[in-house]
Amino acid sequence: MEFQYISNNADQTKAFAKKLASYLQPGDVIALEGDLGAGKTTFTKGLAEGLEITKNVNSPTFTIIKEYKGTMPLFHMDVYRLENSDEDLGFEEYFEGLGVTVVEWAHLIKDQLPPELLTIYLTHSNEGARNIKLVPAGKRYEELCKEIMQ
Amino acid sequence: MEKDLYIMGIETSCDETAVAIIKNGNEIVANVVASQIESHKRFGGVVPEIASRHHVEQMTIVFEEAMNQANLTFVDLDAIAVTEGPGLVGALLIGVNAAKAISFAHQIPLVAVHHIAGHIYANRLVKEMSFPLLSLVVSGGHTEIVFMKEHGHFQVIGETRDDAAGEAYDKVARTLNLPYPGGPHIDRLAQEGKPTIDLPRAWLEEGSYDFSFSGLKSSVINTVHNLTQRGETVAPENLAASFQQSVIDVLVTKTVRATKEFQVKQVLLAGGVAANRGLRKALEEAFYELPVDLVIPPLSLCTDNAAMIAAAGTVLFEKGQRAGMDLNANPGLDLEIHN
Repeated sequence: MEFQYISNNADQTKAFAKKLASYLQPGDVIALEGDLGAGKTTFTKGLAEGLEITKNVNSPTFTIIKEYKGTMPLFHMDVYRLENSDEDLGFEEYFEGLGVTVVEWAHLIKDQLPPELLTIYLTHSNEGARNIKLVPAGKRYEELCKEIMQ
Repeated sequence: MEKDLYIMGIETSCDETAVAIIKNGNEIVANVVASQIESHKRFGGVVPEIASRHHVEQMTIVFEEAMNQANLTFVDLDAIAVTEGPGLVGALLIGVNAAKAISFAHQIPLVAVHHIAGHIYANRLVKEMSFPLLSLVVSGGHTEIVFMKEHGHFQVIGETRDDAAGEAYDKVARTLNLPYPGGPHIDRLAQEGKPTIDLPRAWLEEGSYDFSFSGLKSSVINTVHNLTQRGETVAPENLAASFQQSVIDVLVTKTVRATKEFQVKQVLLAGGVAANRGLRKALEEAFYELPVDLVIPPLSLCTDNAAMIAAAGTVLFEKGQRAGMDLNANPGLDLEIHN
């Protein structure tokens, strides 16, 4: 099962993510995939807006994990630099925690991800536009996708 | 004669285990940094859990080396200053717990320091600060302009909305297949090339001191992608020079504008990207004619070190700040709220 959404610009990407945020609950995990510059941070900014986070959300690449306080906590991760690392980093504490976790480059820690999650692929289509593909794993995320795409 | 003030600094917020001791706020008597960069190269970056393990392994060695260099005993130390945040929680915890252990065992006051406050105070080891001042902080994780009206007072007037400047360097380097860390490689290439490629500069809204380097990063990636698709080769030195020019233009222009608006006496460069030759040169040229004192610390004090933590810690200690045994690592510590 998968769902598609075409976003024409960064604002639409943010608005879509903001809408998604209103359906999320603590313990939800979103895997965010896309090349450098595909709009992963932009998407997360929109999501943060939906969670009423007022602090500026910027890239977590350097620090790997950034935490924000909103209607519920947001754990923003970029695991790019963990490629080829076989360390157990204790991510499950975040995944099973009291907030929403967004993991950029999630496939790099595939073995450590929970079985049920929502994977979102961001890809360039033409100039400025992005193709947003949602792939839910698990009943909860399937229902969630159906509701959003209605 | 007044007794000399000795403050120990401990820094473990990212990939450096560092311990230093400074005398009277500005004289370094010991400064030890155990660089972990070699072990990180193969991962293309900092790996948090590996970093923490290295911190544990190196802490005692670095600490003993610092005490030997200073030729002091615990009785001589007036306070232990430690980085409380921001940074990687696992890494920060090692420094915080080491500091707490020493503080508890030897009954020495404990002071908690913000990592960025440390970077700014690295400048005090070079030259006395004169207020009001501005600091341009540029590193792998930060790009900020901070206004200080007095010691221990920090106001962030601009920060990055997406990627930090140092991070943009690393990502562009990745696109050009340069080894980690990418900053020095881009800087070196840029000296050899010419800014022949037109890349964007994100000025943002009028009057804003915020930064954005994500668009520039995407633009570099697109340029490389388009050229490769057309079967043309990219001249890496020209791309590096163009990219560097774009980053520096924005950093320097915004800093100069803030200098005028806030009517500061001093501008301090801080953070690891301060090592960038292109940035140093551009700032020196821009401030040559201005009635403002530009301070650029030596390279050894720009990258993460503990002397800067001790320098900031001295000021906080003198202002009466004390941390208790309940001090915890705070990965998302806020500079403005902290002090």
